[in-house]
Amino acid sequence: MLSRVAETLYWLARYVERAENVARLINVNNLLLMDLPKGASAGWEPLIDIIGVREVYLQVGGDFSEKSILKFLTVDERNPSSILNSMRNARENTRTVREVMPRQVFEAVNSLNYYIKENAADALSKRGRFGFLEKVIESVHEIFGTLDATISHDLGYDFIRFGSLLERADMTSRILDVRSANLLDMPSTKPFENIQWMSVLRSLSAYQMYRREMGVRIRPEDVLQFLLKSRTFPRSVTFCLSKLKYLMQDAPNNALMLDRIDHSINELQKQDVDSLKGKVLHDYIDELQIDLADIHSQLAEQYFLHEGDSQSQSQSSA
Amino acid sequence: MASDWRNYQNKGFFDELIDEQGLPRPHGEALVKYLSNLSPQEMSNARSVAEYAIREMGITFTVYGEGSSIDRAWPIDIIPRIIAKKEWQQVEAGLKQRVEALNLFIDDLYHDQKIIKDGVFPADLLGKSVNFRPQCVGISPPKGIWAHICGSDLVRDKDGTIYVLEDNLRVPSGVSYMLENRSVMKRVFPEIFEQIQVLPVNDYPSQLFDMLCAMSPRSGDTPEVVVLTPGIFNSAYFEHCYLAQEMGCELVEGRDLVVGDDDIVYMKTVAGLRRVDVIYRRIDDLFLDPEAFNPDSQLGVAGLLRAWRAGNVALVNAPGAGVADDKVVYAYVPEMIKYYLDEDAKIPNVHTYRCYEPDDFKYVVEHISELVVKPANESGGYGLLIGPKSTKKEQKECIERIKADPRNFIAQPTLSLSTVPTLDGKDVEGRHVDLRPFILSSGDSTYVTTGGLTRVALVKGSLVVNSSQGGGSKDTWIVDEEER
Repeated sequence: MLSRVAETLYWLARYVERAENVARLINVNNLLLMDLPKGASAGWEPLIDIIGVREVYLQVGGDFSEKSILKFLTVDERNPSSILNSMRNARENTRTVREVMPRQVFEAVNSLNYYIKENAADALSKRGRFGFLEKVIESVHEIFGTLDATISHDLGYDFIRFGSLLERADMTSRILDVRSANLLDMPSTKPFENIQWMSVLRSLSAYQMYRREMGVRIRPEDVLQFLLKSRTFPRSVTFCLSKLKYLMQDAPNNALMLDRIDHSINELQKQDVDSLKGKVLHDYIDELQIDLADIHSQLAEQYFLHEGDSQSQSQSSA
Repeated sequence: MASDWRNYQNKGFFDELIDEQGLPRPHGEALVKYLSNLSPQEMSNARSVAEYAIREMGITFTVYGEGSSIDRAWPIDIIPRIIAKKEWQQVEAGLKQRVEALNLFIDDLYHDQKIIKDGVFPADLLGKSVNFRPQCVGISPPKGIWAHICGSDLVRDKDGTIYVLEDNLRVPSGVSYMLENRSVMKRVFPEIFEQIQVLPVNDYPSQLFDMLCAMSPRSGDTPEVVVLTPGIFNSAYFEHCYLAQEMGCELVEGRDLVVGDDDIVYMKTVAGLRRVDVIYRRIDDLFLDPEAFNPDSQLGVAGLLRAWRAGNVALVNAPGAGVADDKVVYAYVPEMIKYYLDEDAKIPNVHTYRCYEPDDFKYVVEHISELVVKPANESGGYGLLIGPKSTKKEQKECIERIKADPRNFIAQPTLSLSTVPTLDGKDVEGRHVDLRPFILSSGDSTYVTTGGLTRVALVKGSLVVNSSQGGGSKDTWIVDEEER
């Protein structure tokens, strides 16, 4: 497996995963806003922070209206993480490594791209929005499903899975961070706290599974416990990290990588969720995000192509 | 649909499907019958199916200088171009003969230069060739093969004769489109393949892979074959991926490779360095190795030529093979065939005026409005003058360019390229075509694609078939009429 190809596969998966997560986020916020009384919520603004694009958004002069934020998140070319750009980057990456991609996967990525470009108007209309976002989410599942069913489950696929899981863990932590901060900041929303936490779960498709695992009541500590520590729910941070570790088991020269992931898992397990309130939660999630970023850096350092390196990799391992 | 054929205009040109009386040629009868039974609606549906397939399959090509929208959908016309198997067999024999002579010629130029000493090929021309690589003198690639892959462009004039228009020996492209056109056509007209015996084309990737493996400097082991691409911005990137995928080998960029102090080429993998035996390179000579050629090249691999010279890696095509890919050298191919093989050329050349020869030059200047003038070393139709379609001013400028550098120009009579019925909106009209078959040489055997890539000038009356200049393509059917 070429280093450059491994890197491209990893990013390709991250972009596809990101497109899905952004679509989910918008969908759920949309539904949530319909339940909340007017003026009792922060509207669409928190989404800008979850995606981490406030700076870009201010630069392009976004005005925090629903229309402006939605356009920015879905089909705006100026937002590097818009659904449009995520899928465009995914397509570019798929095209670059087309020789290792099953044809059906390329075709699925390709047609989702066309869909997004040609149905931008739907994304912006209140009516068309739901259908548009559902289509994005379904198509992403199709892409990952087709991959799983058609590509050899070798090292290359491990890099794809790795990218997707890391992106997912990252998004879960972002949603927790921003949503909880938001809830704390607005005492007026107290009566609606419950449905807001419910929307946190929904944006991660976690509501049903939460109920099965944690019971019917929505308690903030339980939500955190579930989304940070569940070993079985595929969007919990612990689940993602354990899978990352599993994926690295058979990779060559994996010692540092395994150490890095183990460290993060241990930290997470040690953490007592009951103490995660207010600023403590925010600081903790900051640390968690730094951990996830470190895992990415370690992976890049170990396996990806570094410009200008010629003989630096040891020849003995050839 | 049926009535359209009677209105079909092919006066003054040889049409590949319909004869002068407006009747289908014998090998095209079944196709014409099939097409005639389609309603305009069915025809237009078929075209939509093709366009959809091309888009979904992501069959693209890249046009330079278009900013961000770099890859475009590949245009295919759904009416195939048909050639009878019997005629094709003759063409095939002619191409094999031609490539054999070309390889002997290249090998000779980098060794004893007998053809020059014997006065058949002018020394002066070699001296001014921009594709002759002094770095390659004295090197003997395995089995004397330099041009392992050749793409020769064929055209048919109004009398029905097929000519070779040029030979592409550097990094000829288009073969993936030949293969993809067929898969698209199978989606568009699945029934027709049951009715007509169309010879398959999909053997090419395995033939290519076998040839590449045969070039490996290490015997016994399964060789590590890679395709070397300049990257995603290259116009043929689609093809590079496609071929790597079809052959199941790595597609590498220059930065993925490194040449060790042991003069061995390695690729950088997640598990460390791994030896490479055969490189099917799709990068031009001059960008291949900054150590040996253009020091500014970001695309190549430093030391590649060193490794090749040491016999540790096979480069396909060999560096320097492009010396025979020159429109002036082209003019001498019939002489080469005579000289090396003692045979007459089985496929004729188009008559070529060599602008550096005073008599030819005079003729070219006097008849420029009837001729096609081509620079010796440009591809993709760049820098071409088509006399009958040019203005006086363009002709004058062209003559000035020739005067400044006569060695760099040839002129040929304007051929009346043959036509094939082609969809234009709802109408079917004749459009000019050429044909690019691909020839693989391993030294032990030579393989010619079944047909090749038919390129078609989609603009009415146009003779320029290059995809970068508004050309499209057609599936090419070699039809076995005896087995029908």
